[in-house]
Amino acid sequence: MSVAAARPAAEGVTLEIDGTELTVPRGATILDACRSMGVDTPTLCYLENLTPVNVCRVCVVELEGSRVLVPACSRACEPGMKIRTDSERVRLSRRLVLEFLASSVDVSLASEMQRSMIRYQAQPERFGSAAAPHAAGERDRATPGHHHAPNGERHQTVEQPVKVDNELYVRDYSKCILCYKCVEACGSDAQNTFAIAVAGRGFDARISTEYAVPLPDSACVYCGNCIGVCPTGALMFKSERDMRDEGTWDESRQTKADTICGYCGVGCTLTVHAQDGEIVKVSSPMDHSVTRGHLCVKGRFGWQFVGRRDREEV
Amino acid sequence: MWGSNARETHPIFFHHVLKGVRAGARLYVVDPRRTGTAQWADRWLGLNVGTDVALANAMAHEILKSGLENREFIDRATSGFEEYRACVEQYTPERAQELTGVPAALIREAAHSYATSERAMICWTLGITEHHNGVDNVLSLINLALLTGHVGRYGCGLNPLRGQNNVQGGGDMGAIPDRLPGFQHVADDAARAKFESAWGTRVPNIPGWRLNEMFDAMGRGELRTLYVVGENPVASEADRSHAEHALSALDHIVVQDLFLTDTAKMAHVVLPAAAGWCETEGTVTSSERRVQRVRKIVDPPGEARDDIEIICDVARRLGHDFGRPTAEHLWDELRALSPMHAGMSYRRLEELGGLQWPCYDESHPGEPFLHARLWETPVRGPRAPFHPVEDDAPVDLVNDEYPLTLSTGRRLDSFNTGVQSGGYTSPLRRGETIDVSPEDAVRYGLRDGEDARVESRRGAVVVPIRIDPTLRAGNAFMTFHFDAPSNVLTIEANDPKSGTAEFKASAVRIQPLTHSLAAAGG
Amino acid sequence: MDLHYTAAAPTAQERAAVDQLLGPPTSGWEGGARRPIDGHTAPDAREARGRRHLLLPALHAVSARVGWVSEGALNYICRRLTVPPADAYGVLSFYALLSATPRPPTIVHVCDDIACMVSGAQALCADLERTVGPAGSPVGDGSALWLRSPCLGLCERAPAALQTVAGEQPRSEPIAPASSADLRAALAGVATPAYTPYQLPQHGSSDLRLLRRIGRVDPTSIDAYLTAGGYAALRRAFELGPAGVIAEVSQSKLLGRGGAAFATGRKWEAVANQPEQPHHLVCNADESEPGTFKDRVLMEEDPFALLEAMTIAAFAGGCEYGYLYVRGEYPRATRRLSGAIEQARARGFLGQNILQSGLRFDVELRSGAGAYICGEETALFNSIEGFRGEPRNKPPFPVQKGLFGKPTVVNNVETLLNVLDIIVSGGANFAAIGTPASTGTKLFCLSGHVVIPGLYEVPFGVTLRQLIESAGGVAGSKRLQAVLMGGAAGAFVTADELDTPLTFEDMRAVKATLGSGVVLLLDDTVNLEALLLRIAAFFRDESCGQCVPCRVGTARQEESLRRLAAGRPLGSLPQERALLTEMGQAMRDASICGLGQTASAAIESAMTKLNAFTRTAT
Repeated sequence: MSVAAARPAAEGVTLEIDGTELTVPRGATILDACRSMGVDTPTLCYLENLTPVNVCRVCVVELEGSRVLVPACSRACEPGMKIRTDSERVRLSRRLVLEFLASSVDVSLASEMQRSMIRYQAQPERFGSAAAPHAAGERDRATPGHHHAPNGERHQTVEQPVKVDNELYVRDYSKCILCYKCVEACGSDAQNTFAIAVAGRGFDARISTEYAVPLPDSACVYCGNCIGVCPTGALMFKSERDMRDEGTWDESRQTKADTICGYCGVGCTLTVHAQDGEIVKVSSPMDHSVTRGHLCVKGRFGWQFVGRRDREEV
Repeated sequence: MWGSNARETHPIFFHHVLKGVRAGARLYVVDPRRTGTAQWADRWLGLNVGTDVALANAMAHEILKSGLENREFIDRATSGFEEYRACVEQYTPERAQELTGVPAALIREAAHSYATSERAMICWTLGITEHHNGVDNVLSLINLALLTGHVGRYGCGLNPLRGQNNVQGGGDMGAIPDRLPGFQHVADDAARAKFESAWGTRVPNIPGWRLNEMFDAMGRGELRTLYVVGENPVASEADRSHAEHALSALDHIVVQDLFLTDTAKMAHVVLPAAAGWCETEGTVTSSERRVQRVRKIVDPPGEARDDIEIICDVARRLGHDFGRPTAEHLWDELRALSPMHAGMSYRRLEELGGLQWPCYDESHPGEPFLHARLWETPVRGPRAPFHPVEDDAPVDLVNDEYPLTLSTGRRLDSFNTGVQSGGYTSPLRRGETIDVSPEDAVRYGLRDGEDARVESRRGAVVVPIRIDPTLRAGNAFMTFHFDAPSNVLTIEANDPKSGTAEFKASAVRIQPLTHSLAAAGG
Repeated sequence: MDLHYTAAAPTAQERAAVDQLLGPPTSGWEGGARRPIDGHTAPDAREARGRRHLLLPALHAVSARVGWVSEGALNYICRRLTVPPADAYGVLSFYALLSATPRPPTIVHVCDDIACMVSGAQALCADLERTVGPAGSPVGDGSALWLRSPCLGLCERAPAALQTVAGEQPRSEPIAPASSADLRAALAGVATPAYTPYQLPQHGSSDLRLLRRIGRVDPTSIDAYLTAGGYAALRRAFELGPAGVIAEVSQSKLLGRGGAAFATGRKWEAVANQPEQPHHLVCNADESEPGTFKDRVLMEEDPFALLEAMTIAAFAGGCEYGYLYVRGEYPRATRRLSGAIEQARARGFLGQNILQSGLRFDVELRSGAGAYICGEETALFNSIEGFRGEPRNKPPFPVQKGLFGKPTVVNNVETLLNVLDIIVSGGANFAAIGTPASTGTKLFCLSGHVVIPGLYEVPFGVTLRQLIESAGGVAGSKRLQAVLMGGAAGAFVTADELDTPLTFEDMRAVKATLGSGVVLLLDDTVNLEALLLRIAAFFRDESCGQCVPCRVGTARQEESLRRLAAGRPLGSLPQERALLTEMGQAMRDASICGLGQTASAAIESAMTKLNAFTRTAT
């Protein structure tokens, strides 16, 4: 008896991607299928440890029989699907999504997005020059259903002053692509604290606390899980931001290794990032069954004593 | 969740609990405070401090009265059931309501829900153990699991959530007075012989002292020298002045620590140590018995050194050559001597992201849960005994003079005595406070943010008041994270079996400092 | 949930408004007085979390009492309903009729959308700006302000406005047609002029099916409805049984009238066959497509018919709960329906064991709060559930996972009303009306430059020219520039295409759509580019902001049109037009829902058919 005959055929779903037939496990998404066959599919709002929200639309693919493109990250594979991942339509939508974002948001730290922009020849400068930045709080006060008519001479952006209201986090919403990841990590996908949510509507939609109160007045517990999932550097540890501002942050000089958190007995895996012999950041691997990439305030920030130990004292 | 504010003290564990809650699992939280954990509960059972046994026994009473006990499991795998039945007979839910304050109907509901669930688990923390009868409290919960057969099966069981990253590992390694590594008993001749042959030295067959027994021995003058590794008893022991007094009478104290702690300040010799989790190689064992690798990522500062090096050098000075072993050498030695660790090579630990003991050989996947033997036919090994236990009120009596029950515990952003967590600036941190209910604030004239003198029969501290609606009248709460030494208030009423002090129940009185009122008024 | 609140406390008024809706708090944990027992137990947290669907009603309650929702009020609502304040703020800041910043009690919403625009709204707004000040600024003693509004669904009596007055006795009244003097009076707090009952242009015609009771049967009396043959269809449905009802509806080939034209029978059958319980019924009465007012007329003038049709749908789909989601701008329809629900309940047409059939079904009316997107069925579910009205990705479809994640029948008002005739006269008879692919009759909302604007019912297959002629022909300059079919999300039909039959299939052939039945006539004096700019601004305002193509695309589209309208394209004119076309394609292809997918439809239609935006600055 051959191995193939022994395998129950009903276990998988057979579909066709770019002319190649493949079988994937039931429940697999189109993105899973694409990745299993090595088809590079850009994503922005997708992350392994979060529920797909499929809002960025950069992963869209063409599904035969479907009037519109479908998001690869959340659409489950169905038997007999015929999918094209690199058609003209797909390329155009992906390019436009990247151009829309890059023309309205500072994506200078979104490294994966930069690679996609090259691949899809995105030219955000097609929309002309950018309007002046918003004043502090201006976007927070936008009212739904009413906007100032643009004159079209300069295109709108989300640029605004950075929010620094505590010692641990910096929120630079000029870099926010509204991928919802931070809201999910703060909410039901991990932390269940719900300190932030999407507020407002349309182009004025933004991540906000209630009434845009500063983080210390909000429900925030500083777990840093929002920062852990942010793909654009909009949310950043203040310590990292300070080093970047000083020009001392240098990822090429950084090493990282996994260890276990020194606080409670849960056994959270910490990925410790060190530069020049000093710890500069802590993250957690998304594929570890204990943390799924998420930590608490002690795991995320409790390392700072290591570098601050007074040598004279001992 | 019983006596555990995991939402704050084990946040990532609680992520998993919340996943279950969102998937439909029912969550009951037993806690005198309506903590963040309790606020997620389907039902919160807000018992009076120290009445856990009464509540557990009443649940058992209700389970038996309703015929919901797991008769098959009791018959096959337990002993002492009849005595237990007789014990809980008198704990009617109504009587328990008198003792605990929890409505009888709610006790019944919790009992039915626990007994009739296909899978149910009890998790606890220091709310159970930090009592003069902490062991009884634990036994009362074990009894419930035995009564319903919620043990030895996937998704069931009894889960004490460990408060430190390697408290489990410490026990595994034999840092328990009567055990050798792998929980092999010092009185077990065969086990001892194995270690003696490996170590080339004699291993005493009598148990050592527990921490509280050491302090007693200091008091008697029997213990004259103390070598403290990574512990800060001056700040963490109940009844701080008693602890300081005992330590100051010693001939010689050596403290090996990351910091010049309050205890280190009393030491004759301080050995600066490396931070285990990022400056040394090795392993730690989590609450779920998962052995995981810690790694050296940065160099320790100044003269600080790896614990292994320090201990080997101390041994050398004392005339013993331990060589210069690496962490992995020592681990492999352990694997050779402790059967339950035998299969856990560094290579496997790294590949699998940790393994849960027991793991007997390198093909063993580790065990996600224990006590499956109780479901085997016939049951392998001894039967699991019921231990009838009785309600026993806290030692430090509340009266008109000391009308409030103070419990101490942790907050989310801080850890124990704060020597590590004090190293970062937390926007949540507000320093030590005496947390009181809105009702007691009115009753005793306490105003939020103003200073008060908190006094027990043992000492007094001055701390700011914080009005906390999660507390009810009669209960107060402090941490032990800060310089304000809450342990001058606590009572060293130790459980005779575990040696743990009754941190959860100290009788106190709180007086507003009138000068601050006057200042505010003026 | 371990929620965190800011220090802000509610005022007595705000608290009273919330308590009036939810009843007094049952424990100290929900914001009531602390009782000793609260120290030992608390309400079931899961149950408490299950009350989130009352969030929007609670926001409405506070808003109706004080005009806006303060931080203290939101805290109190959140405590009562166990909703995180940040989440609730996300919901509050989603709806145009709600405000998170102080606002005077009296608001006059002045429609400047496409239908009103061609009927003098611009002049009206300009007059207001001149006489009382700019939109959004408090007027006089600060007790009122006026705002520009998207379509208020009063297009047959354009230009239109809506006055809302917060207070102990909140009021909400349409003013249409509105004069500048009317609006100034409304801002001064004077009661609005009497609203004349709807005059059906086809009044008395024996061909009417959907509209036959309108103007003839008292819409405020269930007895009048019963006398006119009301509830005969429900009795017939009980005789047929659920499967029989579905068979008749399937045989009728009834297609949904909300815009997507999905087969109603198939939808009902799919829900009926779902093993998961309970099943829900949702009536989508969030009629917001600019130029559309048909459902408003049906609800105001024939509310019992809608309830009867909903009951039949629930019977067929096995639904225990029915939600009737009416757009917030329809106060009269809301009042009529609320009254009708009460009467139907009192007379045993809703509730337990309806007409002794064993059917248990009740209807809950929910009000929208100013969000076009909530007309998208999954956004509507989210809105009812107390979340932001953001559409969900499909699949799963509502018939599988709809409201509260349960199998859900969701139908538009007009669709449901068709069911009555189908059940009484049989599906086959219904299918004989209209054309083979588009069966039955269709309601059309005629507005703009037409002699007798209003609601018209004609069988499918009548040509557009015939419809316009039946309404007295083109008004204004009498020279037709184009007809906008289907509203802001629709497309233009040129004067050359007027003989196109009004069917789903024939409209597709001329690259237009029936959509929601909008027939907006534009004479040749209409500034088409200004109209298109208004459409672009509409989509920029109404995009929920969830997906990138729509959130940014609608903003970029408006900017592009602004440049084109000013004759200053980026690069060359063809370059700018190409950019616009590419944006349109990405919005159409990659947006999550119909809003983004159709946000460029009218503009593209005007560019290809009417040569819009072909000039550069001179």
